[in-house]
Amino acid sequence: MTSADYVLGLADDALVSAQRMGWWISRAPQLEEDLALANIGLDQLGQARSLLSYAGTMLDRTEDDLAYLRDDREFRNVWLVERPQTDFGVTMARLLLFSAWQRELYAALVTSSDATLAGIAGKAVKEVAYHLDHASQWVIRLGDGTDESHSRMQAALDAEWPYLDELFEGAPELRPAVLARIEQVVAEATLAVPEVAPVVGGGRHGLHTEHLGYLLAEMQHLHRSHPGATW
Amino acid sequence: MRDWPLWEVFVRSRRGLSHVHVGSLHAPDAEMALRNARDVYTRRQEGVSIWVLPSAEIVASDPGERDAFFEPAADKVYRHPTFYDVPEGVEHL
Repeated sequence: MTSADYVLGLADDALVSAQRMGWWISRAPQLEEDLALANIGLDQLGQARSLLSYAGTMLDRTEDDLAYLRDDREFRNVWLVERPQTDFGVTMARLLLFSAWQRELYAALVTSSDATLAGIAGKAVKEVAYHLDHASQWVIRLGDGTDESHSRMQAALDAEWPYLDELFEGAPELRPAVLARIEQVVAEATLAVPEVAPVVGGGRHGLHTEHLGYLLAEMQHLHRSHPGATW
Repeated sequence: MRDWPLWEVFVRSRRGLSHVHVGSLHAPDAEMALRNARDVYTRRQEGVSIWVLPSAEIVASDPGERDAFFEPAADKVYRHPTFYDVPEGVEHL
């Protein structure tokens, strides 16, 4: 039996990541990348909606309720996705870690005995495979690019790496495959696997960094000011 | 990034049809051009196959020589297959 908290964790990872991805719209380095990042964010938002709707059936709440009317302590996303990502290298490093994990997770969930979750995973696994490809392409190009792009890509990877561990909370069996995939990309990018201590995140238990509150304030403001607003 | 070359994008909307030119985009290399094309031109299920090629590789006819290139065909009506009757019942012609 799947727990609502588990589904909320996956849903909130996708929702918060989608919100961060949306920040890039109109700010990406060029039009093509602007669309790519928006597409990725929309894929994640679609996953979040399916997962929130499913969690909602267990909690007797709607997806909008869950997205817009919970406070930060009720969110179950990992710290990796909630911190600001206003640097392109950081965005790609984070997407590499996040999508490599999502890819293994959803691939495993496809055969879940929970038919709803298996269905959601079946659709999502193709989407995140593309996200992983997109992030890999950029990490490789920036890592194996100029001296400047190499050092900035390494700095971005170093900054995101401590947050990788939290993803494996409750599912350590995914770690070898996820790490193998990431390290393959890191090697091709001529970057070094960071040797930094993991951060002990508490996202799955509702403990968050200060950044999530600001993100939710922006994301939830409209719905809370005008309950039931539609367009 | 401002130096990125231009690429022409061709999309096949479904099996059996030809690739059709849909537009152009900027990308640092062929692999990224293909991915950018996927993101820019097939977001609404427009295609099942994409070709990209460097715009610089296209050899185009000169608009200034349009008359010499195309005008001579204008009065050669006999090149159109309109001078014979098609027998009734012929389907595959």
